[in-house]
Amino acid sequence: MSKILIRGARVLGGEPQDVLIDGEVVEAVGSGLSAEGAEVVEADGKVLLPGLVDLHTHLREPGREDSETVLTGTRAAASGGFTAVFAMANTFPVADTAGVVEQVWRLGREHGYCDVQPIGAVTVGLEGRKLAELGAMHESAAGVTVFSDDGKCVDDAVMMRRALEYVKAFGGVVAQHAQEPRLTEGAQMNEGIVSAELGLGGWPAVAEESIIARDVLLAEHVGSRVHICHLSTAGSVEIVRWAKSRGIDVTAEVTPHHLLLTDELVRSYDPVYKVNPPLRTERDVHALREALADGTIDIVATDHAPHPHEDKDCEWAAAAMGMVGLETALSVVQETMVETGLLDWAGVADRMSQAPARIGRAEGHGRPVSAGEPANLTLVDTAYRGSVDPAGFASRSRNTPYAGRELPGRVTHTWLRGKATLVDGKLT
Amino acid sequence: MQRHLISAADLTRDDAVHVLDTAEEMARVADRPIKKLPTLRGRTIVNLFFEDSTRTRISFEAAEKRLSADVINFTAKGSSVSKGESLKDTAQTLEAMGVDAVVIRHGASGAPYRLATSGWIDAAVINAGDGTHQHPTQALLDAFTMRRRLVGRDAGLGQDLSGRRITLVGDVLHSRVARSNVDLLHTLGAQVTLVAPPTLVPVGVETWPCEVSYDLDSTLPKSDAVMMLRVQRERMNAAFFPTEREYSRRYGLDGERMARMPEHAIVMHPGPMVRGMEITAEVADSDRCTVVEQVTNGVSIRMAVLYLLLGGNEPAVAHARTTEEK
Repeated sequence: MSKILIRGARVLGGEPQDVLIDGEVVEAVGSGLSAEGAEVVEADGKVLLPGLVDLHTHLREPGREDSETVLTGTRAAASGGFTAVFAMANTFPVADTAGVVEQVWRLGREHGYCDVQPIGAVTVGLEGRKLAELGAMHESAAGVTVFSDDGKCVDDAVMMRRALEYVKAFGGVVAQHAQEPRLTEGAQMNEGIVSAELGLGGWPAVAEESIIARDVLLAEHVGSRVHICHLSTAGSVEIVRWAKSRGIDVTAEVTPHHLLLTDELVRSYDPVYKVNPPLRTERDVHALREALADGTIDIVATDHAPHPHEDKDCEWAAAAMGMVGLETALSVVQETMVETGLLDWAGVADRMSQAPARIGRAEGHGRPVSAGEPANLTLVDTAYRGSVDPAGFASRSRNTPYAGRELPGRVTHTWLRGKATLVDGKLT
Repeated sequence: MQRHLISAADLTRDDAVHVLDTAEEMARVADRPIKKLPTLRGRTIVNLFFEDSTRTRISFEAAEKRLSADVINFTAKGSSVSKGESLKDTAQTLEAMGVDAVVIRHGASGAPYRLATSGWIDAAVINAGDGTHQHPTQALLDAFTMRRRLVGRDAGLGQDLSGRRITLVGDVLHSRVARSNVDLLHTLGAQVTLVAPPTLVPVGVETWPCEVSYDLDSTLPKSDAVMMLRVQRERMNAAFFPTEREYSRRYGLDGERMARMPEHAIVMHPGPMVRGMEITAEVADSDRCTVVEQVTNGVSIRMAVLYLLLGGNEPAVAHARTTEEK
């Protein structure tokens, strides 16, 4: 394979250096590296990060190929600087057997834009009644280590306890969608001042917080690790902070949209802002940013949730919940965390690559940018500013809350094991 | 006035008083032998009802016909909507038939707002009740009724409800009537108190321009009007209150309680009433209860709203007393 010399890149935001890729690995990092026999990419002060890893993506295949496929979803991922995504299990059929997870995993390998690591369902059909064959999914070619009924909460305490215990045998982790179902019947948006005015059913913060509190205690009791999906409230932050201070093995993620947007946007009744968990308040947004900065929240995960146009071009109550996020995630993190001084680029590399790879055990991802490591890399033009144009998305769906909004930063290049998947902002 | 009527909160004090004054003019038409004005001749209005509501639809229809508009009634049951057609397609289909205004009743909060702001259609949109959000013409007809009774039919012209104490009792949480009334009555200068069991008051109510009380008896003597909201029996199944009887005892209006109200104070209800639940027959049938008047006034208010949104600059009523247009 050919060599690539990335010249003058600010590795993790540091001083400009050259990075030489040979085949699938980084051969050298240093100053004045020889360009002989190498294709040269002038980084020109752009920031070089390890390829981003998303622990929470909905690729929709199999079953809802009208909104996304493994191909279009992984192209969107490469476009956003990701080299690995974890595909959620709420497909049709549900990814609750070795057969389904292997299919998704193989499609990812064949297309080659981004590694696809399937997440297995915790319970059969996401129904919360019977454990899925977690061991079989782990032993399959897909090597599943993360299990989640995302979209639904494993609300039965005994089922959650058993799942937490069972996956210890092979180092798995249960990723909980924390939503107490009875407290959120008919829920349409965050319960508070805005829902009271708009007359939309409330999704109270306590419905998330009570499940997180229960699950960290369960994890402590059985000595398992637990991961909290899309944490969205200030109260949840306090519970996770308390749990970590007790030494409980808990990790948590926050989505880009919960770092930026609030429930005030729902006043437009535009379902592009309808998402689960719902957009919260300004106070929550600030607590989430602080928690991501101080490490209480470990990672950013997109909860990329594509939906066809007709599922959003309707009245609020009839609309689907979710937003696409792969192609805007890094820009939102730059805006909310880097430009506010809360995180430096090394911190971004940790929250969006190293930590998610560690939680999901994604081999070869989230590694240091140094000689001998797999060349999974992302080059970011951090000086860029432009407004988001959904028409330019690689995703099959356009349900972004940022259309027309100016956001900083743009991924120009992505390399997956030395192979460019994105060059000058264009997919290969 | 704006082009649409979506929320009572969108009306300024002067807008609202103008609607009430115009409605008084419209009310005079009802006293004539021929109850019809040519104002909206040649204009087409569709009553787009996704929720069953016979009384609101008939009220709008009567108002439209008295203004000589062509009326199309559309109910979701048995229509293309029941076959899965979207709100957008339904609205565009109707507009393609040449509709000037859409009066919409929908179970989803915000549906009229979406219809007015999404660029789906150009017609004027009038909210006839959306989910648990707003019902602005109900609030207007309630304010009209209060002004007539508490200020006076002629004395009320040009006036608002400054200083009047209005109490709303019942299921505030699920009530678009309560939300609309709080907004409009506040705009008109009234002091509003909501009375309900805590379970039926929304979280977030603290920013509303009103007081909240859990005690009906202490509120009644300080009320110029008491509006009873309908309470659905099914609510007790979701633990909002223990039993129908307990609800009635604590929050229902009976003759004994009515006697604690000031002599001039009125009892209102948006209908349909659940007799024996939030209101006893004795109260409902008393002279102080304005339920039937509210229905009559509803037609006048809806005529005024339609005229002001669609009627252009011509005076609504020939030789009207207030013909000045803003």
